[in-house]
Amino acid sequence: MWTWFYRLASPPFVYRVAATLTPWFLGLAALTIGYGVIDGLAFAPPDYQQGDAFRIIYVHVPAAWLSTFCYTIMAAAGAVALIWRIKVGHAVAAATAPIGASFTLLALVTGSLWGRPMWGTYWAWDPRLTSELILLFLYVGIMSLRPAFDDPARGDRAAALLSVVGVVNVPIIHYSVVWWNSLHQGATVAKLGKPSIAGSMLWPLLSMFVGFMLFYGAVLCIRLRGEVLVRERQAAWVREAVKS
Amino acid sequence: MTGPLHGISILLRRELLLSFRRPDQLLQPLVFFLIVTTLFPLGLSVQLSLLREMAPGVLWVAALLSSLLSLESLFKSDADDGTLEQMALSGQSLTVIVAGKAVAHWLVSGAALVVISPVVGTALAIPASAFGTMMVSLALGTLTLSWLGAIGAALTVGLKRGNVLLSLIVLPLAMPLLIFGAGATDRAISGTSAAGALYWLGALCVLTCTLAPFAATAALRITLE
Amino acid sequence: MIRDGFWSMGGYARFVWPCFGAALAVLSWNLWAARRFLAAARRRSVRVMAMAESER
Repeated sequence: MWTWFYRLASPPFVYRVAATLTPWFLGLAALTIGYGVIDGLAFAPPDYQQGDAFRIIYVHVPAAWLSTFCYTIMAAAGAVALIWRIKVGHAVAAATAPIGASFTLLALVTGSLWGRPMWGTYWAWDPRLTSELILLFLYVGIMSLRPAFDDPARGDRAAALLSVVGVVNVPIIHYSVVWWNSLHQGATVAKLGKPSIAGSMLWPLLSMFVGFMLFYGAVLCIRLRGEVLVRERQAAWVREAVKS
Repeated sequence: MTGPLHGISILLRRELLLSFRRPDQLLQPLVFFLIVTTLFPLGLSVQLSLLREMAPGVLWVAALLSSLLSLESLFKSDADDGTLEQMALSGQSLTVIVAGKAVAHWLVSGAALVVISPVVGTALAIPASAFGTMMVSLALGTLTLSWLGAIGAALTVGLKRGNVLLSLIVLPLAMPLLIFGAGATDRAISGTSAAGALYWLGALCVLTCTLAPFAATAALRITLE
Repeated sequence: MIRDGFWSMGGYARFVWPCFGAALAVLSWNLWAARRFLAAARRRSVRVMAMAESER
């Protein structure tokens, strides 16, 4: 079992496996997202309070979830790379950053568009929205710090440290609706036990969750291969891998 | 080998001595603080009552920005002439050295801000009854900021455009401080209890003061090597 | 189409459709940018190795 773990740290292994996994991730993502969008837009019944505007949930909530999910992965990969000096960890962190940032932006934009019909305003400085905005700034800071160093390895380590420092923001985002009187609604899906949302509305949402995560997996595999190549330029295995 | 507290006090004395030898560098952030707080009422030309409402935010933004200004030089001069590397190579714990520098920075910038804040507060129409909360929140917030800034300064020491990156890194981390600090002062002005916000500030301060030394040391090791 | 008011989304069309459009844009951008990045990395690797070969 541990040999499998060790292989995960090997750049040529990761390069090959990522190539194999990409079409699977992409295909499954297309299926789940496709189902989620079609069912969510066309067949789920309209909400008795918000009418059809609630359908924004099908992109907003998965995007928001992915924004923190990606940050956590980025921070964890960076921490692994720092502690155990596994370079592939830096590659994963670097590959995840732009993906996570784009989902954070999507969450903010879709949230803003949803806020207008729901609360009457495109923006409010309430804890959840504010901490999600801070998350975007954290992503930007990390993505700016990494290339600022002449030595890319040093840039990787600095970015990893910064992402670990910023991970404090992730629980704040999640618990902001619990700790404060927030404009933003509380947990509807993640509650253990009966979620407070109807089944016909829930299934497409869950499908979108899974679909977005699979999509992240696909894009990660593509980017990861690039990041691994960039970090392993002189290695012998690259010669063989790139020729094919 | 000197114990950690002794080490910190030695370093504190060194940092304070060095700072007081350059009084202009000491005063610049304070003057900046005064100028920025003046800019808002000038630019917005508001009545006294409205000024009072924006005062906590203005005060805190100014405090944040002026603390950032003095953060750049936290490690810079020592890094430039190689002293920092010598410190890292010496047997003395790097964490102690970082702690000494961060506390010195706070004494010279944050604590100074707390002292002159009543003056600025009066200019911004903050009632004297709110001064206590204002100063406590500023003290806690600037201490946290000195530590967050130490992490940022350690990560960006020696980089071109390091000061822009420093702000980009530190400001998002400092946003909760702004929210609670301004919130506490705001509640004090309107007469309600600021205890909740102050507790949050205290919690953030304790969290940062315990974890930041290690983060800043790790950052220095990465950038110095 | 599917239902009455599918396109008008019960009057909320100008909020709902831009959201799905933005999602499509973000997903597409991610795929496009990732592919571009990988292709550039491969090109650079090939170039670096060609230079190393010619130096030998």
